[in-house]
Amino acid sequence: MSASLERGPGPGAGAAVQEIRFGDAAARARASGTEGELRDIQGDRMVLNMGPSHPSTHGVLRVILELDGETITRADPDVGYLHRGDEKIAENMTYNQFVPYTDRLDYLAPLANNVAYALAVEKLMGLTLPPRGQYIRVICCELARISAHLLGLGAFAMDVGALTVFMHTFTEREKIYNLAERLTGARFTTSYTRIGGQTRDLPHGWLDSVSKFCDEVSHSIDEADALLTRNRIWIDRTRDVGIISGADAIDYGLTGPNLRGSGVEYDVRKAHPYLVYPELEFEVPVGSVGDCYDRYLVRMEEMRQSVRLLRQCVARIPGGGENPHQEPINVPDGKVMLPPKNKVLTGMEELIHQFMLVTQGVPAPPGEVYFGAENPKGELGFYILSKGGGSPYRLKIRAPSFVNLSILSHLLPGHMISDVTAILGSFDFVMGECDR
Amino acid sequence: MPTALELAQALRERFPDVVSEPREFRGEVTLEIGAERIAEVCAHAKRELGFDYLVDLTGVDNYETDPRWSVVYELAGLKHGCHLRLRTSVSEESSEVPTVSGVWRTANWHEREAYDMLGIRFRGHPDLRRILMWEGYPYFPLRKDFPLAGRSSEVPDVAFTHPAPLEGGPFVTAPGTLDAIAREPRVREVGEGRDAR
Repeated sequence: MSASLERGPGPGAGAAVQEIRFGDAAARARASGTEGELRDIQGDRMVLNMGPSHPSTHGVLRVILELDGETITRADPDVGYLHRGDEKIAENMTYNQFVPYTDRLDYLAPLANNVAYALAVEKLMGLTLPPRGQYIRVICCELARISAHLLGLGAFAMDVGALTVFMHTFTEREKIYNLAERLTGARFTTSYTRIGGQTRDLPHGWLDSVSKFCDEVSHSIDEADALLTRNRIWIDRTRDVGIISGADAIDYGLTGPNLRGSGVEYDVRKAHPYLVYPELEFEVPVGSVGDCYDRYLVRMEEMRQSVRLLRQCVARIPGGGENPHQEPINVPDGKVMLPPKNKVLTGMEELIHQFMLVTQGVPAPPGEVYFGAENPKGELGFYILSKGGGSPYRLKIRAPSFVNLSILSHLLPGHMISDVTAILGSFDFVMGECDR
Repeated sequence: MPTALELAQALRERFPDVVSEPREFRGEVTLEIGAERIAEVCAHAKRELGFDYLVDLTGVDNYETDPRWSVVYELAGLKHGCHLRLRTSVSEESSEVPTVSGVWRTANWHEREAYDMLGIRFRGHPDLRRILMWEGYPYFPLRKDFPLAGRSSEVPDVAFTHPAPLEGGPFVTAPGTLDAIAREPRVREVGEGRDAR
């Protein structure tokens, strides 16, 4: 720390960067006892405010950088600009009413959030879905993963100047939106799952479209691969930039591709299997160095593995695309899932079930559970403390983007400003999830 | 490979006076820990029992019960794959727990969030500032006595808040109450300061 910096009253090294005051240069020279001497003020630090609205901060992340020339000496990420109080809202509504809020966490992968949340509440209630329902959820998760990684990759490439990749990946994402629209009725805010199942079964011909999409997206991934992986500029901007050691990654609680890029083989789908993942074959790619390039390579391979998972699901799903024998997709319990409308209008019991479900919510037992799912950004976890009844007493969202960003103040110092865009791009975070 | 229950027992043998009997629910093991020694217990769990990954840290407001605060730690070990939950309780008077940010650095932001949302302080934390709300915001919004609609506040040149109109939604349902009006209070007294429950 340069002696010429006047610091506000703060607890030493942990003080906020905002507290640094720049007094008059002459006054500083007097204070430092070098009066009369011409001091080299080029050594002074400069504070640069990056964000909250900056194209490479992917939303409303603000990073306060302290610079020595173009080298970062201190970084203080400032989050919370998109804080909406989701956890408070969750305490005040029934479990099913909160599903639309999960869309708006990681809004690039709403289907995966829906699934993770539903699985958490189902864990609290001790419910297991029938196999067809589980396969549908795996398909949702993997489509969401491809969608999120495609955007993350396109935006990352765009941040470091390779605009073309973004065009390719966005074309593919459009197809995923079309699939989501046919499946759920909404392109973006899907709200597909309910506690104990899904809102509806697969629409006619949908699985065939997924197969077709798998072929097309594989081609596009190869194209992006050809554009970037051996691209000289891309390698120069990303290789050996933002290196995170495996030990640091674990210590800072990184998850998802950011952890695996550092060579730690931890994937919730393998470590704590859920849904039908144990029955499916897929590999967990890991990096070797932990730099931006490794994180890019991990995401690239994860998309290929997701395509592989999708193909297996399409082939194995009980009932196939059209479900001619009416394989169940939901938990067969009237106290959890809404009965069909025609039964509500004609049957007494179903009418009561619907009334109880709509007014009071699903009957969750008292207790506490944590459930984490492997989402595109990392481990999305829900801690639910229930005192019984239809709404949680406390619902904590363990947002992977929030935890992943906490390493920035450790990682950024020593890098150049231009590396910040590469590092932030390689982190692939979403502020909707970070700020909740 | 040890199970989570065996690891919990090992922790209890090491700290018999501050660690409670393990409790199991839905396959997860929970231990109650005396608040004053939580950092010591966590450090031991990380060093000796392989819980190298702090998954999550949650503050809970047990409004109108004593002690008012709980802090919940979700521990996991990447090597043995076990999950363990530690739970500690703090009274409203002290509202202070030793920090575990020296054990896992990821706890730094989690503890800042718990402080920001509930006002639980973490003794020894290197940088206990607000994280989601702005510096100078006067309330702790996740407390149960903070109304859902919010409260008025103003920090000049930084930010201000006004209570949100709740008429028409979100439809707030508090199950188990007797009459429908109490169950679905569409309009709330904002200054009331108490949850309808």
